[in-house]
Amino acid sequence: MGGYTPFREANSFFGNLYDLFAELNVFGVSLIPQWLAYFIAGFLVIFAVINAVVITTTVGTWVERRVIGRIQSRLGPNRWGPFGLFTPVADALKLLTKEDTRPEGVDGWVFNLAPLVFILGPLLVFAVIPFGENTYVANLNIGILYIIAVTTVPTIAMFMAGWGSGNRYSLFGAMRGVAQLVSYEVPLVLSIVGVLLLAGSLSLVDIVDSQRVPFILIQPLGFFIFIVAISAEMNRSPFDIVEADSELVAGFHTEYSGMKWGTFQLAEFIAPFGAAAIITTLFLKGWEGPVLPSHLWFFIKVWAVWFVLLWVRATLPRLRVDQIMALAWKFLFPLGLINLFITAGLLLIWEDPTIAQLWLMGGINWVVALACLVASSHLISDKLSTRAPLAPVPGRSSGRAQEAR
Amino acid sequence: MYGLGIAKGLMVTLTNLFRKPFTIQYPEEAVPQSPRFRGEEFAWYEERCTGCASCAKYCPLGIIKIVTHPGGENMQEGDSYAIDVFDIDIGRCMFCGLCVEACPYDALFMGSGFERGQYRRDDLIITVDELRSSERRPSTWFRPQLEARDYNPQGGEPLSWEEVGR
Repeated sequence: MGGYTPFREANSFFGNLYDLFAELNVFGVSLIPQWLAYFIAGFLVIFAVINAVVITTTVGTWVERRVIGRIQSRLGPNRWGPFGLFTPVADALKLLTKEDTRPEGVDGWVFNLAPLVFILGPLLVFAVIPFGENTYVANLNIGILYIIAVTTVPTIAMFMAGWGSGNRYSLFGAMRGVAQLVSYEVPLVLSIVGVLLLAGSLSLVDIVDSQRVPFILIQPLGFFIFIVAISAEMNRSPFDIVEADSELVAGFHTEYSGMKWGTFQLAEFIAPFGAAAIITTLFLKGWEGPVLPSHLWFFIKVWAVWFVLLWVRATLPRLRVDQIMALAWKFLFPLGLINLFITAGLLLIWEDPTIAQLWLMGGINWVVALACLVASSHLISDKLSTRAPLAPVPGRSSGRAQEAR
Repeated sequence: MYGLGIAKGLMVTLTNLFRKPFTIQYPEEAVPQSPRFRGEEFAWYEERCTGCASCAKYCPLGIIKIVTHPGGENMQEGDSYAIDVFDIDIGRCMFCGLCVEACPYDALFMGSGFERGQYRRDDLIITVDELRSSERRPSTWFRPQLEARDYNPQGGEPLSWEEVGR
């Protein structure tokens, strides 16, 4: 096989498939030309990954509803099939057979394209995630930058949906969403930079390889900021002001029905898995682990992180809009800067840290993280709200004064 | 310290996760009702009914309709009236139980069921045929003789007119 084939060396999974198709011949006559083998192999890999992600998500919706049910002392869906396992199937069938309504006064192209653009972001994330040893669709040398770029695409789709719907609730939700996503992008990137300094590479495969100690132990503050910022990025509760049902009907997808709405919903359920995969790769040593095969380790870690995200979602109530913005700019942003400075300073002292020095760095970072969290929560907690304090009722002494008496 | 509330809340939900759910799977398992529950399927004992229509007169909504004719030759000697029509429109009933309180011969009892959902209002009228043929599981409401013997209409046997007591 002569000639250069992109990705063939970089990805053994793809490379093997490519070789299989390219070397397929009958009596020395090649059946499939090289360019076709390239496309078939690539298509099969992408097809497998997208389907795996979507199937995991459908199972995830069921697990999520069951677990949230149990947290709320209910049973959750249990009617369709054993333990309600077919509930996602019933949901999908119902959505597919529903009428696809199109309200009057919508901006047609923008309205119809929004769901497709929205699902693009969460799906594209999985293109650079290493699922196991030597298993990934592409090993980009700018992997994490690509992820940051791709996860912001839904913002545009959200505004497209809000604008195209021609509905004030939708537009209001979309504007909230854009403000929130743009704000949380800053602490998100700041917390990633700490990891990048330690790893010395933007490629996700290299980041996994360079984790001699899981980065969650060395970068506790970065992990905390990242997990908060990514839940805000996904518009997941407690940051779901975008589609706050009690305020905005359903936010930006109020006017959608049928499978368009289903696409929005699917993307929102894929997003936590994407986030869990990113967190696993950046902070939890990715697919590396003892005894068990690498793919299984990745699978276990992703579901564990996903459960934590779900747990937080099931526990905390929704924040107000001003609280969310204040949390990003007054709390997470300074903490991210501090984390970045500390990590950079420590790396200036130990340029190429040994394992022992890494643990020492981790210890320093833990102390700094706890001190920062305590200090800033005391400094900021009463300033998180920009709402003016309640005016005292004229002619009546306040409750506190009465207690003092 | 601020922020500890979040950790506490997370622990609450985590302990809840391993607790037995409170859900009762209704069509398969029913919520136990009180024996005094004033249900829909009225228990009526024709053997005791004289057709005096006290229930119809006391009904504040006027939803009980009774049509009678003389049941025998000697009405003066004690023959009671025979019932032609005994319609209870439970679509409008508020289950106050005044009809049961008014019955001088303990012929009418509140029922114990609550699953008479219908698609049309007309189907909600309990006719005399239905009252005659239905299984009688009377509620113990306003009937101390049933309470005295610990009768539970939800689990117990249907009672005939000799068994219900006065």
